[in-house]
Amino acid sequence: MSGSDGNGRALLQVDDLVVRYPIPRGLSGAVLRRERRFVHAVSGVSLHVDRGEMVALVGESGCGKTTTAQAILRLVDSDSGSVSFDGVDVTGISQSDLRELRRRMQIIYQDPYESLDPRFRVSTTVAEPLVIHGIGSRSERRGRVNYALEQVGLAPAELFVDRFPHELSGGQRQRVAIAASLVLGPELLVADEPVSMLDVSVRAGILGILDELRDQGLAVLMITHDLSTAARFADRICVMYLGRIVEEGPTRRVIEDPRHPYTKALLSVVPRRDPRHRTDVQILRGETPNPIAVPAGCRFHPRCPIAVDACREVDPELRTLAGERDHRAACILA
Amino acid sequence: MSPPLLEVDDLHVWFDLPNGRKLHAVQGVSFAVDAGTRLGMVGESGCGKTTTILALMGLLPPTASVSGRVLLDGVDVLERGEETIAPHRWKDIAMVFQGAMNAFDPVKRIGDQIVEPMELHGHASGAEAASRVSGLLETVGIAPERAKSYPHELSGGMRQRAAIAMALACSPRVLLADEPTTALDVMVQAQVLELLTYLSNELGLALVFVTHDLPIVAQTCTHAAVMYAGRIVEQGPTEALYHETRHPYTRMLWAATPDLDAHEEVLSIPGVPPRLDAELHGCPFAPRCDLAASRCVSERPELRSVGNGHTSACHFSSSVGAAA
Amino acid sequence: MSPVQTGAPHAEEAPSPTRSLRWRAIAAPVLRNKSAMVAVGILAVFVFLAIFSPLIVGDDPKAKVGPVFAPPSKEWPLGTDGGGANMLDLLIAGARISLLIGFCAGAISALIGGTIGIVSGFFGGRTDTALMRLTDYFLVIPDVPLIIVIAALFGRSTWNIIVIIGIIYWTFTARLIRAQTKSVRERVYVQRARALGARNSRLILRHVLPQVTPLLIANTVLLIAYAIFAETFISFLGLGDPTAISWGRLIQNAFTDDAIINEAWWAVIPPGVCVMLVVLACTIIGQTMEDALNPRLRTGHLSVRRFRVLRPSERPTLQPQTPPSQPQPQQPS
Repeated sequence: MSGSDGNGRALLQVDDLVVRYPIPRGLSGAVLRRERRFVHAVSGVSLHVDRGEMVALVGESGCGKTTTAQAILRLVDSDSGSVSFDGVDVTGISQSDLRELRRRMQIIYQDPYESLDPRFRVSTTVAEPLVIHGIGSRSERRGRVNYALEQVGLAPAELFVDRFPHELSGGQRQRVAIAASLVLGPELLVADEPVSMLDVSVRAGILGILDELRDQGLAVLMITHDLSTAARFADRICVMYLGRIVEEGPTRRVIEDPRHPYTKALLSVVPRRDPRHRTDVQILRGETPNPIAVPAGCRFHPRCPIAVDACREVDPELRTLAGERDHRAACILA
Repeated sequence: MSPPLLEVDDLHVWFDLPNGRKLHAVQGVSFAVDAGTRLGMVGESGCGKTTTILALMGLLPPTASVSGRVLLDGVDVLERGEETIAPHRWKDIAMVFQGAMNAFDPVKRIGDQIVEPMELHGHASGAEAASRVSGLLETVGIAPERAKSYPHELSGGMRQRAAIAMALACSPRVLLADEPTTALDVMVQAQVLELLTYLSNELGLALVFVTHDLPIVAQTCTHAAVMYAGRIVEQGPTEALYHETRHPYTRMLWAATPDLDAHEEVLSIPGVPPRLDAELHGCPFAPRCDLAASRCVSERPELRSVGNGHTSACHFSSSVGAAA
Repeated sequence: MSPVQTGAPHAEEAPSPTRSLRWRAIAAPVLRNKSAMVAVGILAVFVFLAIFSPLIVGDDPKAKVGPVFAPPSKEWPLGTDGGGANMLDLLIAGARISLLIGFCAGAISALIGGTIGIVSGFFGGRTDTALMRLTDYFLVIPDVPLIIVIAALFGRSTWNIIVIIGIIYWTFTARLIRAQTKSVRERVYVQRARALGARNSRLILRHVLPQVTPLLIANTVLLIAYAIFAETFISFLGLGDPTAISWGRLIQNAFTDDAIINEAWWAVIPPGVCVMLVVLACTIIGQTMEDALNPRLRTGHLSVRRFRVLRPSERPTLQPQTPPSQPQPQQPS
């Protein structure tokens, strides 16, 4: 059951986040005073995640979802906008405050084969966060490591603590990575494509762990391109396109009644399990444009099947849809 | 009735291991593909699906030994290994590799790279080759002028389509594809799958699709073969594999796959596949199967017919509930 | 929270023995390679002679024990030098200085190059640019004239020579280690540790250094080879320590004592052969290690051999699977 704290405040609140990378002009560019160009990775993203809630940030490559997650965790610097964690704006805080903050926000990466130092045993990897932050004595740490391993289903913990990563399967490695992120007792977990590199037979196990953690009160922001997984596990979905959120809302509302043409097209091409399934497949032509040259007006209009003249001029805001409470779309025709 | 375009009969592949033992990677795989049909080969990593199609192209490393027959138009091309396969490679049977979009030579233009197999296999050269390249690029949905582009100037999806064009360079009749859409976004994936379906429907290509993604097989392939521990455990028309599932592993794979429209619990399959460097007794899936009985441990199930063109290797195939 | 429980138990694979990965990465390829093992043997002999030379040859190997330039005989297996001293004794004594200088200078080079490489590769940016500029300067300076100048200015003691060699040959190591550090820095587990709040010192010491050390060791062995050769030509040029016996010095002595005119090949060639053997041994060992660490050097895929086609009668049978002795607890995958 999701919930903000007593003040009605979400645990994580992102407002108008902007991240752009300058493209080096080079000497000739500077001399000729060429206009500076930027990669507009994130162009004004606002979202929130409550405790006990799983929000899926979905989109295709280049839409800015990973950059958004990195900016939230201050792994990259944002250019404007704010990121509030538990009411405190974290975009400008000092390095030492940041270290404190890192204990409360954790990240899990996509590649379980690269996430663990091959020279560390499982116990060393899982205990590392405690060592970094100087928490607990050796025996206390051992206890917390064992507990974290059992939380992720690697039980009995004694069987796994002395293993090296190469002795574990991909699913087991990802569980170790999750255990290492849990050992500090974080309040927010960012999962970047947590199962995309795992066999389909083990994905449910990993996602089940995240599901359980969410039920226990953890806030989870899951980055994924897999709409089917998002549909099954997330409470809310935010669909990103070219650096903006174009639609967001409760999962079932977005899946069953998509309002933005991009969401509709995306959902129509996701393959279903049933071979007899027939939908109006809407395959968009071309590919997502470069985040350097963002189209004027609505950024989706060049590929939009229902675009009208106004779409070339108006950059739509994310607006709550008529008759809906939390379902928003950024389309003048929605 | 004409023989199938491609027929594989009792294919086995062994790999020499550094410790002197052998790995039995493919254990008696048989299937057939007709013109205009698309066969999806699915299974977890290590089940032998990629090794199988590499064997069909004769692209196995020196540490490999094979036995069995690979029949192209009824003629065994595996008979004397490289000697008999080489004349057919790329001309009758071609392949789009995993990660093909990243395997282009960065300093050569796309058009030149597509011409290369044509000239290599004596299929066409000079002006004729150039016009063929234009035609191929159009077929795969790339503007013919892009032949002059370098790989880095094309997006990932376009490079994958260029890789398909390269595979079609010598007009093969059988196209093998190893995870052709794995690294692609879902929209680009839809474009590529649409292209492959078109190639098979309109040009009569026989397609063998290796993937771990079941929904892609469900939506794109006419037939499917589920592989486990080097063997095919269920095979048949895709619809039958979903609506009349006859093998527990297949059913568990469907149950492990989330679906946009379905609301039920997504399950995982416990345990790990067996090691393939030892001879297995009984059904290789028994340790992980919820229908397993003592017969499954002692007696290996053979592939038996369970419907029209539908086979399954399970002692209890009639008790397996359908995935749908 | 209970783990996902489904299905029947399955046999658990025994975990592979857990030896230290670092040792295995560089020692194993050497132990496997025949020529590398021969090289290790040769080097071991010389190291043994170097360590125990005072015991073997006594206090003063330079003492005159026979006629000047006496040819090899039963009494003096390698003849005598221009001062009448036993060549064999001199050679064994020379091993000590030559190897000492080689190992110490090699170690100093490795230390400097490794440190600069790691700092440069890890921090990047301006630090990297500045350090690489420095490296370029050192790379460009011709080593022989520099050595001559420094030796002439600062005197000719053994330790001076060690330092001189050490500060000249680190550039290649620095570049190599910098490249390796850069690639390790980008690995996901290092990013993850940083996201956890780990300080740079921890990232370098616990994550980067263990990955870089095998390459550094392999490179150090090659540096030792360079250093020994450098010492030889420094001494040959008359810039070495006049009180120390080294192989280079022996060659120099032979020239100044007109060994060639006296046709006393035994005074000139043996020291050169010793240098050659040690340098060759170090090079083979170092390259074997480096080859094993560098996956791009593998060329298996270019082999001309093909896969084999077997007839049904030739099919191998594998040994049967060992069934689990007792039911194993359910393991998550």
